[in-house]
Amino acid sequence: MDLAFTKEEQAFREEVRQFFRDNVPPETRRKLVEGRHVSKEEMVVWWRILNKKGWGVSHWPKEYGGTGWSSVQHYIFNEELQMYPAPAPLAFGVSMVGPVIYTFGNEAQKKYYLPRIANVDDWWCQGFSEPGSGSDLASLKTKAERKGDKWIINGQKTWTTLAQYADMIFCLCRTDPAAKKQTGISFILVDMKSKGITVRPIQTIDGGHEVNEVFFDDVEVPYENLVGEENKGWDYAKFLLGNERTGIARVGVSKERIRRIKELASKVESGGRPVIEDPAFREKLAACEIELKALELTQLRVVADEGKHGKGKPNPASSVLKIKGSEIQQTTTELLMEVIGPFAAPYDEHPDSSNEAMDWTAQIAPSYFNNRKVSIYGGSNEIQRNIITKAVLGL
Amino acid sequence: MTEKNWTGYEDIEHMDFDLSEEQRLLKESVDGLLTDAYDFEQRKKYMKEKGGWSRAIWGRLAEQGLLGLPFAEADGGFGAGAVETMIVMEALGKALVVEPYLATIVIGGGFLRHGGSAAQKAAHIPSIIDGSKTFAFAQLEKNSRYDLHDVTTSAKKKGAAYVIDGEKFVVTNGENADTLVVTARTQGGQRDKTGIGVFLVPADAKGISKKTYPTQDGLHAADISFTGVEVGADAVIGDPENGLPLIERVVDEARTALCAEAVGAMDESLKTTVEYLKTRKQFGVPIGSFQTLQHRAADMFVALEQARSMSMFATMAADFDDAAERAKAVAAAKCQIGKSGKFIGQQSIQLHGGIGMTMEAKIGHYFKRLTMIENTFGDSEYHLRRVSESGGLV
Repeated sequence: MDLAFTKEEQAFREEVRQFFRDNVPPETRRKLVEGRHVSKEEMVVWWRILNKKGWGVSHWPKEYGGTGWSSVQHYIFNEELQMYPAPAPLAFGVSMVGPVIYTFGNEAQKKYYLPRIANVDDWWCQGFSEPGSGSDLASLKTKAERKGDKWIINGQKTWTTLAQYADMIFCLCRTDPAAKKQTGISFILVDMKSKGITVRPIQTIDGGHEVNEVFFDDVEVPYENLVGEENKGWDYAKFLLGNERTGIARVGVSKERIRRIKELASKVESGGRPVIEDPAFREKLAACEIELKALELTQLRVVADEGKHGKGKPNPASSVLKIKGSEIQQTTTELLMEVIGPFAAPYDEHPDSSNEAMDWTAQIAPSYFNNRKVSIYGGSNEIQRNIITKAVLGL
Repeated sequence: MTEKNWTGYEDIEHMDFDLSEEQRLLKESVDGLLTDAYDFEQRKKYMKEKGGWSRAIWGRLAEQGLLGLPFAEADGGFGAGAVETMIVMEALGKALVVEPYLATIVIGGGFLRHGGSAAQKAAHIPSIIDGSKTFAFAQLEKNSRYDLHDVTTSAKKKGAAYVIDGEKFVVTNGENADTLVVTARTQGGQRDKTGIGVFLVPADAKGISKKTYPTQDGLHAADISFTGVEVGADAVIGDPENGLPLIERVVDEARTALCAEAVGAMDESLKTTVEYLKTRKQFGVPIGSFQTLQHRAADMFVALEQARSMSMFATMAADFDDAAERAKAVAAAKCQIGKSGKFIGQQSIQLHGGIGMTMEAKIGHYFKRLTMIENTFGDSEYHLRRVSESGGLV
């Protein structure tokens, strides 16, 4: 039992870090640090740099462009990416639909879609949730009816992240209305430019536009856009959801934010001294750092377990990562709110732009509001507790 | 500047959370012994023996080599490391073992290993390993609370000898111990960090008087007063003017061992509680079918895993060369363990309902042990402050 990295792993970390220093566009990094909006173009530029390096779809099998890295290397890469910070590869393409296609898709689908996902020629979004189907996803109603060599899709998806940028959407559709909940669902790839698709923005409490409603009104889709077998879509969805397990802790994101808190708290004054010198504040921060260290260790235990025993069954400890990871992310945004105090209020950039400490504070409250999502998405923390209850405790 | 890895250390070879084959065998062996000889009813009998623990069980721990684990092979031990101690302590925590492993092997043994002279090692280690002698750590004073440098007990030089005067409190295993490890001030004021020495004092030395009593968690302790207790120069472990670094090192190992013991106690608490949720019926169904109780149990699991991770972190920090980094890691772990232990302990009682309130049920005894661990060698607040004052972990 040991928990340091090998010399090779440390050299790898340095290589990754150096690559980020040399290649992440500085403006993109700055925006991420300050919690600002990074544009579609900026993300795509960066992802193509990453893909050119051969790291765009690092965890895919080598034959489809993956790196063949160990679990530990993936861990290091993700941590460095989150800490630098640089935009993470688009999960909907790289972590979700990509693995479904190379695992369950046919040769034509692999040949066509996989390189396009890697190079972000297609921006993918996820058509899972519906207005009536959140945590109870299998109750979804959007239906796809077969007509000759086409599917006709009708229904509505929601919480569709960045659908406004998307070229493609992968959808769970009900294809056998007579079958039991989970069994009559198929996994279908849909071109967002298809006639009958309407995207309507949802403004979130932070004022941002990340998520959308997507309406399907007699949308025609070629039959061959079905992935795998008809009515087996639920299996592929479960595979997809269980695929990205250790990244959800977002340890690197929280580390980066804690550094930001310390930096800001040493600039902002309260009671005639920097906030960081207030023992009560420091102890709150230290408590958060201890939880984060424990989470990092828990994550490394899961990584080590995967490295040893393969990625077969989902490790229920990943629910711990989700619960703790989201709580800590939320705590860090709360601490930033506490540091900035009354200057959290301005809705737009603060007019006093000569004050360096203040010139980005308009992002702090929105980031706090926005981060309430992390305990809701990806299987809410209550759903994670259900998973622990059943898979670990056997209740 | 060289880039350190995330543990803060460059010199650790690789990441691997699995136990080695030998470590797995050790775990099986100690678990096996305790399953066989240490159920809740047997424990009650052991607690009634003189000084609050069983010589027979201590003998079996000796037979299995557990008392010799951390000592160097040259001293007759097995040269095992912090991971082996973690394995043993976790098992002891699961079974709520009352025998003085912490006081004798971890603390007494720790002082001998890290600070003892060849003669002191030769005089004490063999009788520790064979189980014939036990130790106690006489450190706590009326006003010292958790500060190890807060010492008023004095050790005044008299020729080559020292004369010890003062009072020590809540000395675990103080009743049975053959040797007391005593912290005493050789010079300076009450809270000076220098001028503290560590002394090996025979428990039957002239001038020692003891008041013994059971503790809340079923152990036995003593308040011990030293009146003109004379010991030779050979009683000093390490530097009599600057013993604090040694004390801090050994106490960090004790804290780490307590973290592992607590993880064992938490693990068993959760297991026992989940069993109860499955069997206890109300409204015609097992109470474990109620989601509010399920989620409480899930939160206990989260708290347990976070604690387990930090127990491992502290264990691995034992190999850190930098004393400040090691201390910070241990403080962080003790803080997490205290927090998790309080939550799991309290919720175990809550989920058991009325039966959890009874002395008869085992679960309350885990709660009590976890509570006392929290208040030993620094509670969560104390260690949180230490982490905070040392600049945090990120």
